[in-house]
Amino acid sequence: MQQAPEHYTFDFETETAEILGDSRDELKIRIGEFAGPLDLLLFLIRQEQANIFDIPVAKITDEYLNYIRLMKSLDIAVAADFLVMAAQLIEIKSRMLLPRDPAAAEEDEIEDPRQELIDRLLEYEKFKSAAQMLYERTTIEQAVFTRGPIETDDNNAEISATVFDLITVFQKVLARQKDEIALEIEREEITLADMIKNIRCRITETGEISMLSFFEEMHTRRELVTAFIAVLEIVRAESVKLIQKATFGDIVLKKV
Amino acid sequence: MSETAAQPTETSSARSTSELMAAVEALIFVADEPITTRSLAEILGEGRESVQAAVEALRDEYEERESGLQIREIAGGWQLATRIELHEIIRQFLKTKPSAKLSLAALETLSVIAYKQPVTIPEILEIRGVQSASAIKTLLEKRLIVTKGHKETVGRPMLYGTSKEFLIQFGLKDLSDLPSIEDFEDLVS
Repeated sequence: MQQAPEHYTFDFETETAEILGDSRDELKIRIGEFAGPLDLLLFLIRQEQANIFDIPVAKITDEYLNYIRLMKSLDIAVAADFLVMAAQLIEIKSRMLLPRDPAAAEEDEIEDPRQELIDRLLEYEKFKSAAQMLYERTTIEQAVFTRGPIETDDNNAEISATVFDLITVFQKVLARQKDEIALEIEREEITLADMIKNIRCRITETGEISMLSFFEEMHTRRELVTAFIAVLEIVRAESVKLIQKATFGDIVLKKV
Repeated sequence: MSETAAQPTETSSARSTSELMAAVEALIFVADEPITTRSLAEILGEGRESVQAAVEALRDEYEERESGLQIREIAGGWQLATRIELHEIIRQFLKTKPSAKLSLAALETLSVIAYKQPVTIPEILEIRGVQSASAIKTLLEKRLIVTKGHKETVGRPMLYGTSKEFLIQFGLKDLSDLPSIEDFEDLVS
């Protein structure tokens, strides 16, 4: 029943967005996670203690834009959806400033420019509450434990795997592959001293070493570098010569 | 678990009530997922009604003696689980902590899908006012939602709905076990 611990920063009880105070010199803010522009809007409306059916559009729009500016100044990427909402708010605000058409008949209910937004907010808030309900349910469910799986032939059947299982497995294989490579490097790591000793032995044994084939024996970049430094070191300190028989040809390390 | 052709076989079973309860208890214990009355009846070769009665009797029996375990009806089946009040000592033993497993965005998206299913991504966007792509990916990975074909409209967008896993993880008998979305309206204003 043990699952890999997964921690998200969000917690319904403790984490809510909060604007701490708007003093003249500084704006203190604790940025919580707003699930989207509607969420932010609801928060601002509630903060103003405004009636959702009678939103003070001008004020809320200003605050909304303030918030977005703040996000930008804090280098928080402002999602496009937040900007779309900003544009809609400004549009509603300007439509509300327009004088009513005096020619329009009194009975003709002119639709409140805010109506669509109100409907969306109300609809959204229902689902926000439902999300909260789901959150509470998982919290309860997490307090109930069931028996761990029993090993059977069936429960590792390949048929029940989904594409996502496949990806997960593939990622594991990739990760394992990585680990293996890491291990290999460790095992084959050779020190400079060892490399020098190695070269010396071979020179005494065979009299000369072809640099090309010697370098080709190296498996990793690290080894290659070590080998190269070792050759330089040996040439500098000891009586060996580097001989190149042809231009661009192989170089041979030879005892003098 | 095959749930093919349910057959209410002979109701006059060879087993006594207590034998049937014992058998049902054992099967519920071994089943990895909530096991349906239908599956139980099929395996045992008993009538569905007598199996149903046996499970309910078993459930009541656990209840009456205030067992540390409970038999719950989840996702259309029966499940043996620990009693909720005991979570602290269990966590002590398992050394696990409760954690919020889904982000706010994912929970919101899930609630829209649960209530509006089958639903397309643009429809979710319409309600939430924000892109839900990564939330949907998370929910798919956690198998809480599944694709339910395409909507026959322009672009044939993919339809999403909740899965059996959703019912299990949220402790629901079935979708009708969810409180009505209209009930949340009262909370709003």
